[in-house]
Amino acid sequence: MYAFEFERPTTVEDAVKALASEDAQALGGGQTLIPTLKQRLAAPETLVSLGGIAEMKGVCIGDSGEVCIGGATTHATVSGEAGDYPALAELASHIGDPAVRNRGTIGGSLANNDPSACYPAAALGSNATIITNKRDIAADEYFQGMFTTALEEGEIITEVRFPVPEKANYQKFVQPASRFALVGVFVAKYSDGVRVAVTGASEEGVHRWSEAEEALSADFSADAISGLSVPADGLIGDLHGTPEYRAHLVKVLTGRAVTAAA
Amino acid sequence: MPKDGGIGASSKRREDVRFLTGRGRYTDDININNQTYVHFLRSDVAHATIKGIDTAAASEMPGVVRIFTGADFEGIGSIPCGWQVTDRHGEPMQEPAHPVLAQGKVRHVGDPICAVVADTLEQARDAAEAIELDLEELPAVVDMKAAVQDGATKVHDDLTSNLCYDWGFVEENREAVDEAIKSAAHVTTLELVNNRLVANPMEPRVAVGDWNAGTDDYTLYTTSQNPHVIRLLMGAFVLGIPEHKLRVVAPDVGGGFGTKIFHYAEEAFCTFAAKQVGRPVKWTSSRSEAFMSDAHGRDHVTKIELAMDADNNFTALRTETYANMGAYLSTFAPSIPTWLHGTLMAGNYKTPLIYVNVKAVFTNTVPVDAYRGAGRPEATFQLERVVDKAARELGVDPIELRRQNFITEFPYATPVAVEYDTGDYNATMDKLAEIGDLSGFEARLAESKKRGKLRGLGVNCYIEACGIAPSNLVGQLGARAGLYESATVRVNATGSISVMTGSHSHGQGHETAFPQVIAEMIGIDESQVEIVHGDTATSPMGMGTYGSRSLAVGGSAMVRAAEKVINKAKKIASHLLEASEADIELKDGQFTVAGTDKSVAWGDVTLAAYVPHNYPLEEIEPGLEETAFYDPNNFTYPSGAYCCEVEVDPETGKVTIESFAAADDFGNIVNPMIVSGQVHGGIAQGVGQALLENCSYDENGQILSASYMDYAMPRADDVPFYSVDHSCQTPCTHNPLGVKGCGEAGAIGSPPSVVNAVVDALQRAGHDVTHIDMPLTPGKVWAAMNG
Ligand SMILES: Cc1cc2nc3c(=O)[nH]c(=O)nc-3n(C[C@H](O)[C@H](O)[C@H](O)COP(=O)(O)OP(=O)(O)OC[C@H]3O[C@@H](n4cnc5c(N)ncnc54)[C@H](O)[C@@H]3O)c2cc1C
Repeated sequence: MYAFEFERPTTVEDAVKALASEDAQALGGGQTLIPTLKQRLAAPETLVSLGGIAEMKGVCIGDSGEVCIGGATTHATVSGEAGDYPALAELASHIGDPAVRNRGTIGGSLANNDPSACYPAAALGSNATIITNKRDIAADEYFQGMFTTALEEGEIITEVRFPVPEKANYQKFVQPASRFALVGVFVAKYSDGVRVAVTGASEEGVHRWSEAEEALSADFSADAISGLSVPADGLIGDLHGTPEYRAHLVKVLTGRAVTAAA
Repeated sequence: MPKDGGIGASSKRREDVRFLTGRGRYTDDININNQTYVHFLRSDVAHATIKGIDTAAASEMPGVVRIFTGADFEGIGSIPCGWQVTDRHGEPMQEPAHPVLAQGKVRHVGDPICAVVADTLEQARDAAEAIELDLEELPAVVDMKAAVQDGATKVHDDLTSNLCYDWGFVEENREAVDEAIKSAAHVTTLELVNNRLVANPMEPRVAVGDWNAGTDDYTLYTTSQNPHVIRLLMGAFVLGIPEHKLRVVAPDVGGGFGTKIFHYAEEAFCTFAAKQVGRPVKWTSSRSEAFMSDAHGRDHVTKIELAMDADNNFTALRTETYANMGAYLSTFAPSIPTWLHGTLMAGNYKTPLIYVNVKAVFTNTVPVDAYRGAGRPEATFQLERVVDKAARELGVDPIELRRQNFITEFPYATPVAVEYDTGDYNATMDKLAEIGDLSGFEARLAESKKRGKLRGLGVNCYIEACGIAPSNLVGQLGARAGLYESATVRVNATGSISVMTGSHSHGQGHETAFPQVIAEMIGIDESQVEIVHGDTATSPMGMGTYGSRSLAVGGSAMVRAAEKVINKAKKIASHLLEASEADIELKDGQFTVAGTDKSVAWGDVTLAAYVPHNYPLEEIEPGLEETAFYDPNNFTYPSGAYCCEVEVDPETGKVTIESFAAADDFGNIVNPMIVSGQVHGGIAQGVGQALLENCSYDENGQILSASYMDYAMPRADDVPFYSVDHSCQTPCTHNPLGVKGCGEAGAIGSPPSVVNAVVDALQRAGHDVTHIDMPLTPGKVWAAMNG
């Protein structure tokens, strides 16, 4: 780890100021960033911890019933307190291990946008709104490819708002070593249609499977997608699975998510 | 009625108190005043010529004490190999030099090029980044079969090729085996890979070198399974330091699994550099470094053929194996695929003719050496897989085919040079059927089917040769070391006992089990006995712990020393009791005169030995301390039968282990609980190999699974509650305790069961699948099911 300065502001405003300085970086739970620093793969001048900002922590219900989660809320808190959106709480409860869940945050996960992470599937599958210190970003606009998002330099995710669906479920098929998602599928049924978001599978990061969404919007049952197939092109191939295998899993897991949600 | 002490009691592991409460003292806990830290700058390419190293700027960095390169080790010895294998043609193996720091070339990712010694570790790392390396990359040799083709790039320019040796065993049988296979009624052939593993002990390797300018004495603290072996190899062959000037200490060691047997460059570096810089030098491996510098295990590519007559009797066995040595010869590397592998190919069966061919190959990968089981898992896996495949081809019950070919008479001389002293393979198979509830399988199968899952049952046997080994025999086979073990039994004045053993405990539980033996022999409480180990300054020259040898060899040395102590104590007792020595009996800590009620307590006799007022000084010396060296006259042969039931998810290919049962014959048992624990841990590692673990290289020699993000270790929820039994006991006939060793059995015996079970599940579901290479990841199983 290279030496760095450390700041722990207590308001979003102060955090934004601190992040404006040269080579400053936000620190959420550190579950991605700290290992990166330890391997000397990043060298920020200043780490600005978001952990002291009370207004960025916790779960509440918004005016139109949406579940609102502060950007610095840990996975453990979401799993314990987001009971109004059971599929989301359940997803959070299966991220990493207890140590990771007690430190890692939703803001850090969405900012990092690891192609195998779980939260991006929930956010995209729910068409959540990513609230930053500057603006509101719809999930459809937010995810822009692996490790790439709409966030600008120094922009902080302060809150994430999830409209609560009628039914939803997340199916995570774990990569045996990391236990991130080898493939994960989040299915959410809203009154105006079904959304299917896939993580772990694509070279482009989290994405929607629109064919399945159409079929499921018409008929919310696993049978509805039995005729569909997922092309392997552009899917990840590595030690843990070929693109063909991942394509197969996308379909299997989508079916399972629908069955579990229904 | 379970005993509450002595041999056969499940005494609680006394060492766990400190291990589980964070009070262990590991090498990394050792910090010496004024110590420096070393960071190794390692190659990030698999193969390159070193054109230049510029350390000028780095040397000026804050805190830097000195930067070493290969040039500083000219004239210093090469890291030695402890075993010379002779090839099929009577020629010695090719043995390349292995410098402490790379000279001229780097040969694997992780090969150390420079060592930066600085006041702090972070300063050393900062300076390492300022070193300018000029590496000219060369093509990497990764695939073993390609490595031995004519014209292949050579890992070592001064060797004739990448072939370390081409070993044939038993060479005289070669043609007879070929003939028998030609004329067989049925031949089953299987090609398979025994996947490369990284041992991953919980504690990474650490070395602290210290040198005393006043005495010219060196001390090395290191994470080793055998400190005396390190002292001999490093002192005599690398650094030229005589034993009396070199102390090697291996304090608490957090697991070894074989990978901490070997003498590593980092140990020699820290010892050497301590004198050069005049300050202690400490190195602590990071987990990332461990993946590219700890010796790896397994990595065999094998073709095996099993011939049978018309009645399904095994008539001949032929195997051809390519065994990866990596870039250099690690300490025992050449012996693993040969003498610890070829000699086990008879397994539990009376196959009359066997020929084993092994080609050991240099590649641009991390050196490969012993990992829990070492050679025997590779032998067991291929044999038990091919027998299973044969049964399926012949349409006979895999258990019956095994039973039909079992060796049933002992001693049994195999056609691969070893003599099994005892065993009862039908007994362990019967026991397995009981504890694994084999007759209930059909019902469980039906239940799995109801839930949409495929279910399979896999069974296998194993035999291993443990308790390595008769020194004169291994000497003939090429070992450059003796393989006896030592113990000093020091009785203190008040009767408590310290046993200094050459065995080393790094999780096995010696500190609990060894005292049980002494307590049994004398009839005192176990708490009166303590084990001292891990320091060349306190224990007599010993060979250390590996190959499931500690109780069988080290325990035997301890028994011999204790017998000497008891004999002397009887002499003292006879004096105190004024009786003939022949009439003295020792029981429950009391010496009695046979047939009388005269007695004297153990503690009174020991006190007399050190306060010899009333003592036969003309006949015997005061004191009560004896040393024994024990050299076994054969290996021990633990054996057993294992079974595994799996479920396979037909949609995803995911395998889950539903049950696992192990019926072992370890001979006599000192502590049943510790034995169960050893089997549990071994099975976890075997399941890890079968389903999860794989050290994978790409064609450029980069490790693809170099961290836990990609290298899958088994976790608690990957394994079931095991059912283990060791009540089948045919005691070893040639050591005083009748024990055989249990440390590796689980890792040796479990992989074939898992793979046999998955193949069984797929075949029952109508898939034409005869083999899948380990690890059986969901993706591979799915691909196998889908052609
Ligand atoms: C062992 C282990 C297992 C894991 N398993 C899983 C898993 O199964 N599924 C899964 O999804 N994830 C998993 N993770 C990742 C985990 O969820 C991380 O917590 C998460 O990816 C990053 O969150 P963090 O709060 O720790 O962020 P940090 O590591 O602190 O930061 C990550 C990045 O986000 C930026 N950042 C942090 N907070 C904000 C914010 N509020 N606004 C803007 N930028 C911000 C940082 O600057 C940095 O670039 C695992 C991690 C570990 C170590």
